[in-house]
Amino acid sequence: MDHGPAVELGVDLASKKKAKLGVWLFILYTIMYAIFVAIGVLKYEAMSTIVLGNLNLAVVYGFGLIILAIIMGLIYNWICTGYEKKFNKEEQL
Amino acid sequence: MIYEVSTLAIVLFIFFVVIVLALSFYFARKTKSASSYFAAGGTIHWAVNGIAFAGDYLSAASFLGICGMIAFSGYDGFLYSIGYLAGWIVALFLVAEPLKRLGKFTFTDALDAKFNSKGIQLTAAISTLIVSLFYLIPQMVGAGALVTPLLGMPHWVGVVIVGAIVITIVATAGMTSTTYVQFIKGGLLIIFSTILAVYIFNNGLNLNPENDEQPYHNFITLTESDMQGYNIVTNIELKDHGFVKMEKDGIYRWFEQTNDTYIEVLSITVTADGKHLYNGEPKENAKFFQVGHLSKIIVDGKEVEKTGSLGPFKFLSIIGKSEVVRFLKEKFDDEGNKVTIWRQSITAGSDMLMPGLRFTKIKENSLIGKINFISLMLALFLGTASLPHILIRYYTVPSQRAARKSTIVAIAAIGFFYILTLFMGLGAAANGVLDVESSNMSGPLLAKAFGIGLFSIISAIAFATVLGTVSGLIVASSGAIAHDFIDRYLGRDLTDKGKVFAGKIAAFSVGIVAIILGILFKGMNVSFLVGWAFAVAASANLPAILMVLFWAKTTAKGVAWSIVVGIITALGIIITGPTIGAQFFGIAKENAIQPLDAPAIISFTLALLTLIVVSLLTQKDNVNKIDVK
Repeated sequence: MDHGPAVELGVDLASKKKAKLGVWLFILYTIMYAIFVAIGVLKYEAMSTIVLGNLNLAVVYGFGLIILAIIMGLIYNWICTGYEKKFNKEEQL
Repeated sequence: MIYEVSTLAIVLFIFFVVIVLALSFYFARKTKSASSYFAAGGTIHWAVNGIAFAGDYLSAASFLGICGMIAFSGYDGFLYSIGYLAGWIVALFLVAEPLKRLGKFTFTDALDAKFNSKGIQLTAAISTLIVSLFYLIPQMVGAGALVTPLLGMPHWVGVVIVGAIVITIVATAGMTSTTYVQFIKGGLLIIFSTILAVYIFNNGLNLNPENDEQPYHNFITLTESDMQGYNIVTNIELKDHGFVKMEKDGIYRWFEQTNDTYIEVLSITVTADGKHLYNGEPKENAKFFQVGHLSKIIVDGKEVEKTGSLGPFKFLSIIGKSEVVRFLKEKFDDEGNKVTIWRQSITAGSDMLMPGLRFTKIKENSLIGKINFISLMLALFLGTASLPHILIRYYTVPSQRAARKSTIVAIAAIGFFYILTLFMGLGAAANGVLDVESSNMSGPLLAKAFGIGLFSIISAIAFATVLGTVSGLIVASSGAIAHDFIDRYLGRDLTDKGKVFAGKIAAFSVGIVAIILGILFKGMNVSFLVGWAFAVAASANLPAILMVLFWAKTTAKGVAWSIVVGIITALGIIITGPTIGAQFFGIAKENAIQPLDAPAIISFTLALLTLIVVSLLTQKDNVNKIDVK
C-alpha cells in the first residue's frame, strides 16, 4: 500500500526557503518562551513586578507570548506567500 | 453538590446531539473510501480546518480543566494556556508543511515515508494508541463531570453517553463528520466563551456575589461568647491548622479554630457504614454550598463592597489588589469516619496573578520543584506538534499552503480562547460558583450564575467539546490500528472497503476502552491528566518527527528506538511519580519512588539521544532510504 500524500501535491520550489524561515522564527519564539520559564524558576519574585497599566510581569508576559504567536504566524504566512509567488509561479502547492 | 436539572439544558443537549448525529449519517453516505474515512478526502477548506483544529484542540482540558485550575489555583492554571498555545509554534514553523508533504492518513505515514520500516510502523502505531488513550481519559472524565449538572445523571452515565455518541460519529463518517463536528463546536465554544467573558466584565466584582439569585452562603464564625448550643466533640491538629467537630441539634459540623474563633468549613464525611454526610447532613438537605469569593475589593486605593462594570484590564488590576478566598482541601480520619474538609484561605489577589499557588515548590528553593516546572512547560511546548489526533488534521486539507494557513487560523482562535480562560477562571473564583468536589465544573457553573439559559448553552457546548475532541482521538486511534498496524505492519493489504471496515471496528473498540477508563479515573483534574498526554507525546513522537524532517542521517532503527525509549521513560516516570502513587496506591507524595511528576525533561532528552546514537550506529541502513521530495 502506498503511503504518499492523500492528495496530489505540486512541486514546491519555495520549501527550503520556507523551512529556513520557520526554523529562525521557531528559535526566536523559543528564546522568548525559555526566558519566561527561566524567570519562573530563577527569579520568581520578578513575576509580581508591575510593568504595564497595573498589570504584573506574569500577566503581561503570558498574554504577550500568546499575542506574539499570532503575530509571528501572520508574518510567517505573509513571507511564505511571497516566496511561493516568487518561486512557484502558478504551480499548485 | 446538589444540582437542579434544567429542562432547557436537556433540550439544548438533545438538540445538539441530534444535529451531530444527523450530520454524521449525512456524510456517511459519501464516505466510502479510506481517503474519505481517514482524511476527509483531503478536501477541507483551510479556514474550516483552522476552526476544526481549534475544536479538536480545545478539549475538556482547556475549557473545563484550565478554567477550574485558574479558579482554584490562580495563574498556575493559566500556565497551561500559555504552554498549550506556544506548542502551536512548533506545529506551524517546523511541522505543518513538511508533514502534509510526507503523510497520507496517519502520523506514522509521515515518519515512515522515507523508510518503509516495520519497526516504525509498529512503534508509531503503539505510540499513537498510548498518547490517544492518555488524552481520551481526561475527555471522558470531563464528560462524566458535565452530565451530573446537565442531565442529573451519575458520572458513569455521562461517560457512556459520550462514548456511544462518539462511536456513532466516527463509525459512520470518520474524519468528514468529525471535522464538521469539531468546526461547529470550535466556533460555538469561542463565541460563547466571549459572551461569558462579557457577562463577567459587566457584572464586575462584589463581596456578596449572588448565584442563581441565591445569596452567597454566610459561613458561620463563632467566638467563645456565641457558642451557646454548640458542643465541642473532637479536636484535630493538621499541618499547623486546628479543626474542631461541634454538635448542635444532633448535627455534627467541622470548624477551623484560629485562636478563640471558629470558622465553618465545608466537609464531607464518609461514615464507617458508607453514608455520605455533607456538612453533617444527608446530601438532599442541600447544606453543601458553592463557594469562592472576594474578602476585600480595593479600587483606586479604597475598599469597596462592589464595583460596577469593568474592562478586562481593570478587572485584572482590581483582582490583583484585592483578596480572594480560596478553599483548600484536607483529609483525615475521625473515629473510623473518613473526613474531607475545605477550609477558607485568604489569598492576596497579587498571588492569584502569579505562579506558585499550585506549583508551590517553585517559590521554595526546591530543585525538584523547579525541574518539575521546567519539565511541564517543556512538555506543553513540545507536545502539541506531536499529538497524532492533531497531526492527522493536516491530511484533510488540499495543499501545503492550506496546511500553513489553517494552522494560523487555529493559533488565532485558540490564542484568543486561552486569553479568555484567565478571565473565566478568575470570574469563577470571585463569583461564588465553585463546586469544591469538581474543579472541572467551574466554567459551566460560572455561566449558571448569569442565568440558566447561558448555563444550558455553555454546558451543551462543553459537552460538544468532549464530543469533538474524542472523535478526533478515536479517528487517530482507528487509523493506527486499521491503517498502520493491520494494513501496513501486518501487510494484510486490505482493500479500500476493507480498510474502512477495519477502521470502524477499531473505532468501536477504542471507544469501549475509553468508556472504561473514563469511569475509573473519575475526579482527577482533566488538565493535569492532559499534561501527561503531552509529556508522552513530546517524548515518544517529537524527536522522531523533527529528526526525520531535519536530519538526513536519521535511520529507521533510530526512529523506532527513540519512540520506544520515549514511551517507556515517560510512562515509567509518570507511574513511579508522586501523583499516581497518591491517587491509586495511597502512598504519601513525599514517599513516592521518585519525586518527578512531569517526565518530559528526562524522557524527551533520552529519546532524542537514543535517536541520534542509534542512527549513527546504523548508517548503513540508509542505503535503502527512499528519496521523498
